[in-house]
Amino acid sequence: MKQHIFPALRLTVVCILLFMGIYPLLVWSIAKAAPASGEGETITLNGRVVGYKLEGQRFTADRYFTGRPSATGYNASLSGGSNKGPSDSAYLTEVRARIDSFLGHNPDIRKENIPSDLVTASGSGLDPDISLQAALVQAARISAVRAIPERSVINLIKEQTDKSINGIQKINVLRINIALDQLK
Amino acid sequence: MNAEITGIVLMFLGTILLAVPLGKYIGKVYAGERTWTDRFFNPFDKMIFRLSGINPDKNMNWKQNLAALLTINLAWFFFSMLVLMNMSRLPLNPDANPSMSADLAFNTTVSFVSNTNLQHYSGETGVSYLGQMVLMLFQFISAGAGMAACAIVFFAMREKATPHNSNFYNYFVKSCTRVLLPLSLILAVILLFNGTPMTFKGKSEYVSLQGDTVQVARGPSAAMIAIKQLGTNGGGFFGANSAHPLENPNYITNMAENMSIFLIPVAMLFALGYIIRRKRFAWMVFGVMTIGFLLLLLPAVYYEMKGNPALQQLGIAQPHGSMEGKEIRFGSAASAFWAITTTCTSNGSVNAMHDSLTPLSGMFAMLGMMINAFYGGVGVGFLNFYVFMIIAVFISGLMVGRTPEFLGRKIEAREMKIAAIIALLHPLLILTGTALSSYFYVHHPGAAAGWLNNTGSHGFSEMLYEYTSSAANNGSGFEGLGDNTQFWNISCGIVMLLSRFMPIIGPVAIAGILAAKKYTPESAGTLRTDTGTFGIMVFAVIFIVAALSFFPALALGPIAEFFGMK
Repeated sequence: MKQHIFPALRLTVVCILLFMGIYPLLVWSIAKAAPASGEGETITLNGRVVGYKLEGQRFTADRYFTGRPSATGYNASLSGGSNKGPSDSAYLTEVRARIDSFLGHNPDIRKENIPSDLVTASGSGLDPDISLQAALVQAARISAVRAIPERSVINLIKEQTDKSINGIQKINVLRINIALDQLK
Repeated sequence: MNAEITGIVLMFLGTILLAVPLGKYIGKVYAGERTWTDRFFNPFDKMIFRLSGINPDKNMNWKQNLAALLTINLAWFFFSMLVLMNMSRLPLNPDANPSMSADLAFNTTVSFVSNTNLQHYSGETGVSYLGQMVLMLFQFISAGAGMAACAIVFFAMREKATPHNSNFYNYFVKSCTRVLLPLSLILAVILLFNGTPMTFKGKSEYVSLQGDTVQVARGPSAAMIAIKQLGTNGGGFFGANSAHPLENPNYITNMAENMSIFLIPVAMLFALGYIIRRKRFAWMVFGVMTIGFLLLLLPAVYYEMKGNPALQQLGIAQPHGSMEGKEIRFGSAASAFWAITTTCTSNGSVNAMHDSLTPLSGMFAMLGMMINAFYGGVGVGFLNFYVFMIIAVFISGLMVGRTPEFLGRKIEAREMKIAAIIALLHPLLILTGTALSSYFYVHHPGAAAGWLNNTGSHGFSEMLYEYTSSAANNGSGFEGLGDNTQFWNISCGIVMLLSRFMPIIGPVAIAGILAAKKYTPESAGTLRTDTGTFGIMVFAVIFIVAALSFFPALALGPIAEFFGMK
């Protein structure tokens, strides 16, 4: 073992220089050419930053589309999920409460039309998206609160839908809410 | 076909297609043959060896190689403890995060030195940027050490192998510089241009559309996320790991990251075929591993896409399957695919919370770690498989009445004893740990009150998963477990330490002892190891030793939960 101590120490120092120094600095300097210089892309509205492009934020008001439940209350500096198992009784009570609350706010919707992503917490607590179904079941409420025709809310939803390679049609909640505020 | 399924088929096939040429490249790198990267890396590596005072051409035997590996790991251990316990006094800490307690630093150090990346802290609040960079250093060098150990065994399996024919330092440095570094740079760039941050600035603040003030954690994350996937490390920058939108912004990055998880483990098999000049043998190993992998994958994808039966009873729709703990941009099929690849390969990063998987998917994720040899961690996955092959050769030899021979060398009592000890160590550590913690939980309800986030059999699964993940050097978790306590930090630390180094020492020793024996050319009387029949034998050994020893524990956890939900 003795003959290995000095090579081990010296090699460790070289690795520190290489993988804690050169490698991250290289990535960091490439980041200067990336969107927002690698500092996280923000969304600006009237000269004010209103959010990060990739991260979801909390919407509770009836006049906005609500995003997915978050175990951390959309805390962007402490991410995480609920870590509740599928059969846990406290968890199922919580989901039931979310369903009831949703039905209370959206009296025209029938329970079997609520998609599960609206009543289950996301993995990160910062999921920026909801499914197309989750947006459509909120259309009636939003049109009533904002006194705009339901047709135009649905059109907005269609406009804001993107479909990724896996075929899931999803809507970015922050983006659609900004567009909603600008809707005449 | 359903587009969610197409997505995971693409990821699987794409990885295999990339792994074949990469494996050949890795084989050439270890064998010291010419490759197209020489022009750049030859002077680079020469400088590293000169600065370290190492002669990479010195031939060492297995004992010298192991001594080198263990010594350098010891140096890493002390360096990491020093930094993690003093982060608040050191630079690069814009968010003023605290230093770690001794037990948490011990757990984290062992976790990263052993390529596990079990995290009992949360990335946003538990470490400084300097701490993250140290952990990233270990993501490179622990992966490199595992690959080097694997390469030592590869060369000992060659026909012309002699006891002195490999050099740990040589394989270690080349694994880091010629394999891990360039691939990490590519992945990091893909992530950067999809929005993953790489900045040394601290948290930023904004006021949301609805008027809430939000603090946003950022940091030098792109560099770390790349190597955490490629080196089967798995330790994320942010608490939610690759479920976090900054770590994994969209489905494209999800594909790139998920493919990186099992790219090198698969490529190592083709490197084996190249080095020992037995392609058929490598395909046999690949075949057994792939069948095992698919057997775990398919039911997991099925159950996640089907949804949670308990939510079905509440009367809501589940068009996208079981969504608790998952992100919309990935969906349930890609989350299940990730869950099985990350557990089979000892990576342990997650893009969905495993604690919220439906019961049987959670079980298949655990089985992937209990077996720990279907592709497995970079380097060490094959070492686990090697042990199972030794046992299979011995049993097959007894069955047909021939001297057990593996690649032309006799397997005798000494090698078998080592193989048996290594194969049984894994269930021993997992089941003992789980039994102890269950006992403690029942008999000291006060001290253990905050441990479990779920009741009943799922609570038991949380403890079983934690030890399984530690022993498999995986690092994922049923994260509901309140694991930052002295009990969990120290017990998991010990399990990770033993199950990292014993399964490296064992196979390297067996291979070294075998290489010293006389080579007998294959004849009609030789038991052939590159056939489907032998593949079935290995599979049977894995099933009996690895899977069945865990059946009672699984019956108490996920299986009980599954039947309880009907």
